[in-house]
Amino acid sequence: MVTFLARRLLTGIAMLLVISALAFVLLYLTGTDIARSLLGDNASEAAVALRAQQLGLDDPLLSRYADWLGGAVQGDLGTSWFSGAPVIDVLGSRLGVTLSLVVISTLISAVVATTLGVWAAVRRGWVDRVVQFVSLGGAAVPNYLIALGLVTLFAINLGWFAPTGYTRPEDSIGKWAASITLPVLALTIGCIAGTAQQVRSAMIDALRQDYVRTLRSRGLSQRSVIYKHVLRNAAGPGLSVLALQFVGLLGGAVIIEQMFAVPGLGSLSVSSTVQGDIPVIMGVVVVVAIIVIVVNVIIDIAHGWLNPKARVS
Amino acid sequence: MSDLPPIALPPDTRSPDASLAQRLLRDPLGLVSLVFLGVVVLAAVFAPLLTSHDPGVAVLQDVLGDPGDGHLLGGDSAGRDVFARLLYGSRFSLLGAALALAVAVLVGGVSGLVAGYFGKWFDTLASGAAAVLMALPGMVVLLAARSVIGSSAWWAMAIFGILLSASVFRLVRQTVQSVRNELYVDAARVAGLSDLRIIFRHVLRVVRAPIIIQAGFIASVAIAIQAGLEFLGLGDMSIPTWGSMLNDGFSRIYQQPLLILWPSLTIALVCLALTLVANALRDALESTSSRRRAVTLAVPVDTVDETSPAAGTAPTADDDRTVLRVEGLRVGYAMPDGSTKEIVHGIDLDVRRGEVVGLIGESGSGKTQSAFAVMKLLPEGGGILGGRVLWKGRDLARLSERDMTRIRGKEIAYVPQEPMSNLDPSFTIGTQLVEPMRIHLGLNRAQARTRAIELLGRVGIQNPERVFRSHPHQVSGGMAQRVLIAGAISCEPELLIADEPTTALDVTVQADILDLLRDLQDDFDMGVLLVTHNFGVVADLCDRVAVMREGHIVERGSTRDIFVAHEHPYTTQLFDAILTPENTRHPYQAPYLPTAPRTEASTS
Repeated sequence: MVTFLARRLLTGIAMLLVISALAFVLLYLTGTDIARSLLGDNASEAAVALRAQQLGLDDPLLSRYADWLGGAVQGDLGTSWFSGAPVIDVLGSRLGVTLSLVVISTLISAVVATTLGVWAAVRRGWVDRVVQFVSLGGAAVPNYLIALGLVTLFAINLGWFAPTGYTRPEDSIGKWAASITLPVLALTIGCIAGTAQQVRSAMIDALRQDYVRTLRSRGLSQRSVIYKHVLRNAAGPGLSVLALQFVGLLGGAVIIEQMFAVPGLGSLSVSSTVQGDIPVIMGVVVVVAIIVIVVNVIIDIAHGWLNPKARVS
Repeated sequence: MSDLPPIALPPDTRSPDASLAQRLLRDPLGLVSLVFLGVVVLAAVFAPLLTSHDPGVAVLQDVLGDPGDGHLLGGDSAGRDVFARLLYGSRFSLLGAALALAVAVLVGGVSGLVAGYFGKWFDTLASGAAAVLMALPGMVVLLAARSVIGSSAWWAMAIFGILLSASVFRLVRQTVQSVRNELYVDAARVAGLSDLRIIFRHVLRVVRAPIIIQAGFIASVAIAIQAGLEFLGLGDMSIPTWGSMLNDGFSRIYQQPLLILWPSLTIALVCLALTLVANALRDALESTSSRRRAVTLAVPVDTVDETSPAAGTAPTADDDRTVLRVEGLRVGYAMPDGSTKEIVHGIDLDVRRGEVVGLIGESGSGKTQSAFAVMKLLPEGGGILGGRVLWKGRDLARLSERDMTRIRGKEIAYVPQEPMSNLDPSFTIGTQLVEPMRIHLGLNRAQARTRAIELLGRVGIQNPERVFRSHPHQVSGGMAQRVLIAGAISCEPELLIADEPTTALDVTVQADILDLLRDLQDDFDMGVLLVTHNFGVVADLCDRVAVMREGHIVERGSTRDIFVAHEHPYTTQLFDAILTPENTRHPYQAPYLPTAPRTEASTS
């Protein structure tokens, strides 16, 4: 287990290095004159050259990446070209917001999707067909359209929630919960739909295994067979899907945060893209990559715990 | 059911596309979706014929205009015709999705083919690259890319295509790897076909269908993300697109709520249609299995035909040692077209305590299905159609699942054919043994554990404590079968149903398992119903035998009688199918008598 973990961690770090190097090269290789676009067309040549030198834009790409990496290891991701604030602080204030959205959505989705998937797989018939159709539709429709529908219905027509805006939980837990209800709902529906389908087919696969009949032949109740044995065997594929959905939610949060004016990583990446604030974009990419890698390691550990074969190897 | 390993045949090469298309057309949702997509494509192509308005021309008096009055869907915030923008926008949305799709299929398909077929360093490298691509949320990458390459929709879609190529790569690689190891591909290689010819003749044919299905999902995601970028205001605002219409509508949602409805509806329906077509294709491809699933509950499972010949006759206890009496048992399965196919046509059978009854027949004769029906453990879609299963005066065919649960394991137990797949891989062997004993015998955890270890010793396992703690994948097939036998006898059942208990085992282990079954049957004075296709096993173990063929019992009698003087030609055929002294040229084997040496058991 320890070697398994160490290997996964090493793979994760290697992956992070590759992603950061690629992102760095692509982001800074841009043909546009960064210093010029920062200072505007009216700035003098001398000022532009000075700015370029300040930003270290004249150094070779490789040494700049080495500098960035050296800083990154110590928790310094550079400073924003626009606000001048350290990137790590900008990210820090927004990371929690996005994570709370995504983690809450993932947890709700896991519970609801498992319930629906198990229900469909065990009951079959019309229940199965309804769950399949609804989850197909829920997964196909982009989440921002679901969000639009929710805003129109609950915020504009019914007036139950504010259409946009975010309250920090430190200020008011109740208002915070109200402010993230619609964003979380918008993220959750698609996630539930996609996960429920996979849980359903994993359950059906597990239900068809020979050992299910043998367990039943021993006089175990339907409930014990389904909820103890079949669910446990279907949990592995279910977890893998959840990990993929988590990555999808991080991407989906970009549009949802922007729509609901939630100050998370997603809306940060949109605003810094519009401004061309490359150090911040670089920071967002790296932080998102770290989150994804950490989640995958956690999922791998859970797999090892669930599947005795993986535990041994 | 099959006693032979399945033979790998090349997929049906006659015209897979034609039959796939036919099956797709029978799916109403898929068909409607396909027609809808066709209409959208036509609308995009013939946009100038469908509207006289220019999507880019702004007219001041049409700003936020209501539908009608020369503008079918009204005007947008700049006074441009909404219907025209919707039509012209579909050109860019569809072309953008097509670009992403083309890049994804080309990059992912070719690399997946090479990695799956040739493997080696390229496989390692490409798999790593795919893992990196899949680790990043597409939207974040597209935003980062936009800050470098600007707002070009084409570049964005090409990059998104590369991101999506990872999923195509994985799909193709996996499919190709499994095809490469098929026997018919080996055969082609042995026959001297070049790699290129094999790829074109065999591999591409198998990979094609999964790619087409995946393409539907990819196109749907591409349209969604493209419109999403434009919705954020990050797209190319100089061209009419569905996403920029969303952006415009969202900013005017209070003044003109209809404005956002049209692009939303269009995007949602197109994404839905693409997914439904892909799904219908997948269903068509797996048609037998998915159709079968849908009708499962429509079967009259457990509804017993009261007019069956056996019904009405009282359970005649001519022998007080009879534990199981099957009368006129009929078993059937639901077919995809809603009909029911009967596979066991009214069989009679009885088993006494302390007696081994063989049920012999070839694969598909209905012997295993009859055994499952006695325990009411028929697979999905199967059910008892008529007859009675009398167990100590009660008719199991009419018993509720709840009451059946009390009988299974406690009174009637089951030993399966394939030991490895009949143990739950996620739990230790001990857990699986303990659970039924706690239910049926009311033992506490420690007592059940002690008894389980005793039982493991009783069935001949050398190190019972270690095996108790082991997971199923840590023991051999023969040991797993001993574990299953221990589990079956753990609650001292009166009847043991053994379904080909030695077929899946090594020849050397088969004899030991048969010995064990005979010993246990003596010790516990159990009745045994032994399902087999092997007359050697019958000779070795059975007191009486029933020969089954195509759902009927064609001959029955004591084992000695059947061996000495069978009458039915089918029984003769079964005898001829096994090795005899005449056709083996090994003169040392004894003739077929109930007391024949155990070597018979191995001649399957």
